[in-house]
Amino acid sequence: MNTATAALAETLRKHESEILADWLKEQAAVPSRRNAVHEAETRTLSRDFLNAVQEAINGGAADDIRGAAWSRARDLLSELSASRAVHGQSPSETAMFVFSLKQPLFTWLRRDLEADKLAEALWAATLVIDRLGLFTTEAFQKSREDVIQRQQRELLELSTPVVELWDGILALPLIGTLDSGRTQVVMESLLEKIVQSGSTIAIIDITGVPTVDTLVAQHLMKTVAAARLMGADCIISGIRPQIAQTIVHLGVDLSAVTTKASLADAFMLALRRLGSRIEAAPARV
Amino acid sequence: MERIPILRMGRFLLVTIQVDMHDQLALTLQDDLTQRIVADRARGVLMDISSLDVVDSFIGRMISNIAAMSRVLDAQTVVVGMQPAVAITLVELGLDLAGVRTALNVERGMALLQQSEA
Repeated sequence: MNTATAALAETLRKHESEILADWLKEQAAVPSRRNAVHEAETRTLSRDFLNAVQEAINGGAADDIRGAAWSRARDLLSELSASRAVHGQSPSETAMFVFSLKQPLFTWLRRDLEADKLAEALWAATLVIDRLGLFTTEAFQKSREDVIQRQQRELLELSTPVVELWDGILALPLIGTLDSGRTQVVMESLLEKIVQSGSTIAIIDITGVPTVDTLVAQHLMKTVAAARLMGADCIISGIRPQIAQTIVHLGVDLSAVTTKASLADAFMLALRRLGSRIEAAPARV
Repeated sequence: MERIPILRMGRFLLVTIQVDMHDQLALTLQDDLTQRIVADRARGVLMDISSLDVVDSFIGRMISNIAAMSRVLDAQTVVVGMQPAVAITLVELGLDLAGVRTALNVERGMALLQQSEA
């Protein structure tokens, strides 16, 4: 441990409670969307973090915040970033947790040290705090990305329900743009459901698909072909007038697939194929 | 040598693939089946592939070929019980087995054969 970090460690040890108090004041001054409920939590967290930092600096590894000595401090920061990311705080608000430590720490270093040692100690402190700040931002970013990825996955699952309309008839209402990734999920869930329910007819409804280009058409054909291989017939329904025009203009050949304008028509056709029909109940007198 | 059994049910032949299909086995099956169709004067072939969970392009083509050969010998082929993963693989390989009839399970496949016979 060099003299600068030694001085830093000494100041942190001697004035721990004062620095903590000043730091909390600094944090409170930062405009934040967090309300008072979290104040106690912030206090505990700040105290733990200050302890962890002291521990790490005493461990003699002030330079290397990726090292083992900093693992506790890193864990605390990751946890903080994750919880703030979930609560919708901005990255700068989160990073201010670490950066607001600068002011109180520098104040106490200035009081403790002579001018010649002060510059070095300040430099050492700046390095440590900057690195921790960057680490916080990175951790914040990472937890945000995790949230986004999870939401993407959920969206994928949410948007591809396979519903059983009738005994032996499945419906697959597609909503949103179809890309390769989604088609894969759609195809898999449809085929699984065909096996599970023993259905022989599947209606793919594309009312909610905004545009149909050659790629989307190809994806649809693949799904139809896979369902046929398993022994189920597909009917594509919900083709809007503009989409019918686009399909023909693009030269996409859908002649191998039964198509219907509306889900109701497709359902009637499916019932007919199964040998069932719906009729009006006799009027009660 | 390992062989896939071919069972006779009335005028139909039932082929149940219960083992991992490898290339030689598929070729033997093709031989055996065509001979049996002629010998038994079969009108239909029901191929149950529900235990098959891995296919490659060769096996896909074999299934398609066997169906085509049966048709030449005037026997309908129905492939039944294809697993979702197998169906997806075949479609991705561009093998949509055009001309092969399919059904969900043996029971439905049999009904399909009887229907076309009637």
